[in-house]
Amino acid sequence: MSVLIYIETQEQEIKKSSLEVASYGRAIANAKGSSLIALTFGLQDASLLSQYGVEKAYIISTDGDIHFNADRYSDTLVQIATKESAELILVSGSTNGRFIGSIIAAKFQATYFSNVIGLPLSYDPIEVKRSCFTNKAFNYSVSKQKKVVLSLSSNSFGVHEKPEDITQEVYKYVTSASTLEVVSVEKSSNKVSIADADIVVSGGRGLKGPEHWHLIEDLATVLGAATACSKPVSDMGWRPHSEHVGQTGKPVASNLYIAIGVSGAIQHLAGINSSKVKVVINSDPEAPFFKAADYGIVGDAFEVVPELTSKLKALKEV
Amino acid sequence: MKILVCISNVPNTTSKINFVGDNKAFDTQGVTYIINPNDEFGLTRAIWLQQKEGANVTVVTVGEASCEAILRKCLAIGADSAVRIDAQPQDGFYVASQLAAYAEKETFDLIITGRESIDYNGGMVGGMLASYLKISYLANCIHLEKEGDKIHLQREIDGGKEILKGSFPIVIGAQKGLVEEKDLIIPNMRGIMQARQKPLNVLAPIEINPSSSIQSYEKPAPKGPVKLVDASDIDQLINLLQNEANAL
Repeated sequence: MSVLIYIETQEQEIKKSSLEVASYGRAIANAKGSSLIALTFGLQDASLLSQYGVEKAYIISTDGDIHFNADRYSDTLVQIATKESAELILVSGSTNGRFIGSIIAAKFQATYFSNVIGLPLSYDPIEVKRSCFTNKAFNYSVSKQKKVVLSLSSNSFGVHEKPEDITQEVYKYVTSASTLEVVSVEKSSNKVSIADADIVVSGGRGLKGPEHWHLIEDLATVLGAATACSKPVSDMGWRPHSEHVGQTGKPVASNLYIAIGVSGAIQHLAGINSSKVKVVINSDPEAPFFKAADYGIVGDAFEVVPELTSKLKALKEV
Repeated sequence: MKILVCISNVPNTTSKINFVGDNKAFDTQGVTYIINPNDEFGLTRAIWLQQKEGANVTVVTVGEASCEAILRKCLAIGADSAVRIDAQPQDGFYVASQLAAYAEKETFDLIITGRESIDYNGGMVGGMLASYLKISYLANCIHLEKEGDKIHLQREIDGGKEILKGSFPIVIGAQKGLVEEKDLIIPNMRGIMQARQKPLNVLAPIEINPSSSIQSYEKPAPKGPVKLVDASDIDQLINLLQNEANAL
């Protein structure tokens, strides 16, 4: 028996969310007395995974096909899962992890649990804690069968080193029919994506216009953070909707979330609720965000933010 | 061209979330229900295809009779017909299986689900439905344009977007971006009157067991009060974030 994990990469580097899945898989494999097997596409060397407890890595050679394809990836994953008699398949909470999770579950005839927080509470049957109602609540779900696919909520377990010896095997790609082909990928100019960021700096209507966004960007650059925005800001076209966080936007589960000029509508707060530390800077002391935040400054963003940026910059240069 | 839009009946986005009966059930008291926002973006896109290409749009939901209000709203927005599969939606697998059993009998070119519902956030129905129908699924779909037999699509990915081409039949997971908030159609009186005459068929569910069950719910622990820092004392904020919160 084994636990299989899907490892995502970007330009030959393993994504942080996948290192978290590896760490998570190691803990589950230990609890179940199973081996931990990883599967990755188009990566040349998966030896880094040994640090996080992976015993065997299947490296799928995609013959130069560099784009994610849910049909082929899921068929390949299910083939390996069957070959290794896996009972559990683990994926991250990233966009691709969540995309492929439900498809793998259907093809593998397994129960699918997404938004899983931390380790299962029991293994026979499998019981997990999941977030629901856009982070306004949790539920405890029990699988009615042994085979389960879990999508781990980002940052809910953490990355933990646990070295094991690793063997690597190159394996063929299942090139099943797919009616979808990627033509190209457009990356936004942001260096850090919201999903992978430890810190997210977010701006709202309080910034008064897109021409003031350098305040957000400068602070984000100093912190190595991703930039985000509230719903009105994306609705007005000040920022692209890929930056919109909240109930109908992207979920955020960063270590630090800094909201500037964001009033804190219930839908926005729901989307960012799983962030660990929340800071609000707003000139309106009645803004609902102050009730959700850990730290707050009542003040003018146009004065507070440049000062914060320059002080942090000075600190980093020391 | 035949389009199926799968609709979830969900609590309004501003609803207070509470539980009753020893935290085993969602408290529906005082909760108003709406079309799941992600589904509504998809429905709006379907209506555009109806207006431009003459597509026929069916909406479907798995739910009890109380869901018919939102189906009527979908008809008032412009859908041609509605189907209610008469069952309590027990989990994502159960819903996807019911939808697949229905969609197998019809031949839809395009099936639209929301990226996820805003209540259970499972994000599982679209992918499962496509797998059961043995067709491709595109999650987080933010663009869909038909050109003859081909479709031009875009998917939102972490830190950007992916440009794709595809063909029918296909299942997509709709979200904001597929249409914008301002594009959502508010039913007018004529639409509401017409909706009363449009077919709303009730189908019996297939016999199938859910793959999971929810034992109980829990609300997040109450949060302590915010620590306010004076706007003239940025150093204190940095100090707290570094040494107290360990966040920098």
